[in-house]
Amino acid sequence: MTATRAEVAVVACSDLFRGAGAILASTVGVVPTIGARLARLTHAPELLLSDGEATLYADTPAVDEPFREPEAPFPYARLFELIARGRRHVVMGAAQIDRHGNQNLSAIGDRDRPTRQLLGARAAATNTVNHATSYWIARHGPRVFVDQVDVVTGVGPARARANGADRFQDLRRIVTDLAVLDFTGPDGAVALASLHPGVTLDRVVDATDFPLHIPTGVSETRLPTDEELRLVRERLDPRALRDREVTAS
Amino acid sequence: MSDKRVSIEEAVATIESGMTIGIGGWGSRRKPMALVREILRRDITDLTVVAFGGPDVGLLAAAGRIRRLVYGFVSLDSIPLDPLFTRTRERGGLEIEEYDEGMFVAGLRAANARLDFLPIRAGLGADVLPANPRLRTVRSPYSDAEYVAMPALPLDVALVHVNRADEQGNAQYLGPDPYFDDLFAMAAERTIVSAEKVVPTSALLDEGSFHTLLFSRIYASAVVEAPRGAHFTTCAPDYDRDEAFQKHYAASAKDPDAWAEFEQTFLQTDEAGYHAAVARFHADRGES
Repeated sequence: MTATRAEVAVVACSDLFRGAGAILASTVGVVPTIGARLARLTHAPELLLSDGEATLYADTPAVDEPFREPEAPFPYARLFELIARGRRHVVMGAAQIDRHGNQNLSAIGDRDRPTRQLLGARAAATNTVNHATSYWIARHGPRVFVDQVDVVTGVGPARARANGADRFQDLRRIVTDLAVLDFTGPDGAVALASLHPGVTLDRVVDATDFPLHIPTGVSETRLPTDEELRLVRERLDPRALRDREVTAS
Repeated sequence: MSDKRVSIEEAVATIESGMTIGIGGWGSRRKPMALVREILRRDITDLTVVAFGGPDVGLLAAAGRIRRLVYGFVSLDSIPLDPLFTRTRERGGLEIEEYDEGMFVAGLRAANARLDFLPIRAGLGADVLPANPRLRTVRSPYSDAEYVAMPALPLDVALVHVNRADEQGNAQYLGPDPYFDDLFAMAAERTIVSAEKVVPTSALLDEGSFHTLLFSRIYASAVVEAPRGAHFTTCAPDYDRDEAFQKHYAASAKDPDAWAEFEQTFLQTDEAGYHAAVARFHADRGES
């Protein structure tokens, strides 16, 4: 079976949770949501999943289907307790991520008169100083990967260290439609970890508006196994919502 | 026992311009929209609004009633952004105090406990600190750790909408999540509770377990019966979000002419007129 780009990204997201144990996996976006469910069905059976409202669920349904088997109540107030305790891995989105691994969800432009007002701070600051944090970027492009974010909502490695906020920080990876990045550059800068099959290094460099740290011997993101492809296509995303989020070209 | 039931007009008449008001619910979920609509009908302005924002913030911001917004996000949930809020911000019409959600919760807890602040890890290194000169950090007396000293967020009035309440203000939620309505009530000098239905105290357990009793009358100063008072946000299990109407709200908000028509149809009328107009909106779409 030949995997699509979306399916490669799903598996890269699933791999974020390797060895996770009994923690909450929180995901924003279709691809990481399929990835977390795939992880629970394969290598990370102890993962906890929430419906994004107030329930942890025990079954692992398709990404566009409701759960049928609640496991425990999980209201928002409880979420903040759990975050402070650190037993969570979140995969957030970002309007911008800069070379130092800082993320922006809040607004683009001037603080008092933004050119584009976005969501606001959400819980990005809480997440990034308390527990494992990764990012999912469905369209890897120069407007997302910028030299410096306009507002720091999620805290990158250098700023965390400079502000004494690195004790529980655990930044993992950035999965995009083109590549997997991590924070292993100098002083925690964003670095290339692997290229998705069929994507050239030049393409990723062109799509990144800052000098991406490129280690020697960059590998290729692994392909899904036949079992993973079957689970994604038949069970977790039979209506192929993943292809709406990632249009490989 | 005191009967705290008042009309929506009487309840909102106690809110004065310049007050700090906390609005319960979360995003586009169980928002006290009837109370917000009543504020819009009155000449109440210069408000400091503290909220996990949804269309409550969008409506008040666009109408120019908010001097300062204290918030962590503004979202319509099924529609990521509220166009009224984003437009108001983009034309420079709103002073903000933006907190991370974790900090925001700590601020409400501090207000209830009558503390100046609570220490919290979140916020260190993020732009909430430099953006807000009143924010300070605090050094642990037990280690070298430094924390954000999240200042208390005391409220003059909290507005919350619940599924059921009795006439004294014992409040009950029957949906999946209490959100932070209890914290808003505890952080406030007084709390206006609107409810889908006001029932006798003895009937509070008819529909939900003991654990659905969200807060007691000690935190309630006024009780308003407001059926469909969270519309168009969710108020499960009484009703879900009115997605069609929310879409209409968001689409209208993007165009000045459409917005003028929306205001005239839905907002320049009393609460009964609002619900009648919403019923006509659905009837015109061929829904029953």
